[in-house]
Amino acid sequence: MHTPLSYLRVFGTFLRNSLVRDMTFRANFLIDTISSTVWVFMNLGFYVLIFHYTPMLGAGTGWGKYEFFLFLATTLLINSLMRGLFLSNAVELSERIRTGTLDFLLVKPIDTQFLASLGRIEWSAIGPFACGLLLLAYALAQLGLVPGPATAALYVLYVLCGVAIYYSLMIAMASTSIWLGRNRALLDFWFYITNFSRYPMEIYRGPWGTPLRHFFTFLIPVFIAVNVPARVLVRPLELRAPADWLLPGFALLATAGSLVVSRWIFNRSLVSYRSASS
Amino acid sequence: MRFARASTSWTILRISLQERLVYRGDFALGTLIRFLPIITQVFLWGAVFSAVEAVSGSRRPVAGYTYQAMVGYYLLTMVSRAFSSMPGLASGVAREIREGTVKKYLVQPVDMLEFLLLTRVAHKLVYYVVAVGPFALVFWLCRGYLPGWPGPEVMAAYLASLLMAFLLGFFLEATIGMIGFWFLEVTSLLFVYMLLSFFCSGHMFPIDLLPGAWGQAVRLLPLQYLAYFPTAVMLGKVTGPDLARGLCAQFGWMLFFLIAARVTFHYGVRRYSGFGG
Repeated sequence: MHTPLSYLRVFGTFLRNSLVRDMTFRANFLIDTISSTVWVFMNLGFYVLIFHYTPMLGAGTGWGKYEFFLFLATTLLINSLMRGLFLSNAVELSERIRTGTLDFLLVKPIDTQFLASLGRIEWSAIGPFACGLLLLAYALAQLGLVPGPATAALYVLYVLCGVAIYYSLMIAMASTSIWLGRNRALLDFWFYITNFSRYPMEIYRGPWGTPLRHFFTFLIPVFIAVNVPARVLVRPLELRAPADWLLPGFALLATAGSLVVSRWIFNRSLVSYRSASS
Repeated sequence: MRFARASTSWTILRISLQERLVYRGDFALGTLIRFLPIITQVFLWGAVFSAVEAVSGSRRPVAGYTYQAMVGYYLLTMVSRAFSSMPGLASGVAREIREGTVKKYLVQPVDMLEFLLLTRVAHKLVYYVVAVGPFALVFWLCRGYLPGWPGPEVMAAYLASLLMAFLLGFFLEATIGMIGFWFLEVTSLLFVYMLLSFFCSGHMFPIDLLPGAWGQAVRLLPLQYLAYFPTAVMLGKVTGPDLARGLCAQFGWMLFFLIAARVTFHYGVRRYSGFGG
């Protein structure tokens, strides 16, 4: 009988094993961590450059330099959690389907999606994650904001919702490898889609921007993933008017919906899986 | 002798062309998908320009770029990158050295750099044939952002700079890959190159946005000739003596890396030791 506790224990083993593996190739781990951190700093440089020319992203949106840094920190936290926990697993799942080694996961007495999603943890994502936390603290200090316990709890909750939404999209896309045979464009496609949510959703305006915003909010809810937690910090929730409840409420609904739909796609794809072995 | 050599080159080119055409569907889709990040840039800069307008009360250019010119810049950079980007070249060379398959060039009467160049030319030719559709579609949709057709001199300079961007990109990446003769594992070096190239070539933003010493430092690097320079030529940002100087500098860098690649290969092969059958 599997209990949540036993899954937690297995996850602990994944964490330990991956750490042992990473520490076996220490130089590689160090280079990975440093290079992903340098990447973060170069991106930050680009945004500093942009704010050299403008005080705000979009007229009247309220996303000034440090507000946007809070947004960026949230993106960093969510993306590094995705990279650390799921990215290499999703890529490997696609490869396992092609080579037929998914068999080894199917025969294990544990939920296949759990095993396929979390089997390998990339500890080097800790570099960008730490950058995210530092940037968060720096931007909060610059804005003079001190989030209360309720705001902090809501922020963590919505960051986790963001991770869940991104994860659902990724696992659903990786599952399509079963039908396509191989999905080499998986990573590219995932990056290009989440690329849209690197900026506050308010910048998507006008005859093209509004439909795009609606598409990525309601159909593929990637905008929800970063925007809602970032807003929790920048504009602490004042749930007075019913309209204030809309987006945070919808975010919870979108998270649950994404998880259910991706679970369905994963299970549905497994039915079509034909092992590559004899 | 010369005929035999030309015939070998032609065969290599033909085989590479056929090999590339097998994946034409994947190619076309990949090309369209690569335009997606530009959409984000269009909205990002739209937001920047709207904020600048709201603050100053008038439509002011940013670092000499109007909103139209900025979007046009990103679109035209896609063309420059279509010439200068060499996906998998440096890592492929380094892998062949590490795994020992590089010896096939040493025992056969085929020059490695020539072989790689012809393969790359075939790759690019197929890419252009397949990508012309998606490019034409996107450029037609965004025609309002693009400058009109330039005069014949600018067009000639633009085409020359694109061609040199291709050769510069090829020899630069080949040289980096051949550093593998000394270090075997060049993944981290490649990452550093990719980072530098992304930020300093003008791929991520026009390098004239960089203020003061930063801008001057980046202009000393050859990377600007991979993306920024051809685009700036087309946008009419480099004219007269500056254009001639720029083209000469680009040619100089291309020649430098051609020689560097040859020299690196020459000395690298001397260090190389191949075992097994």
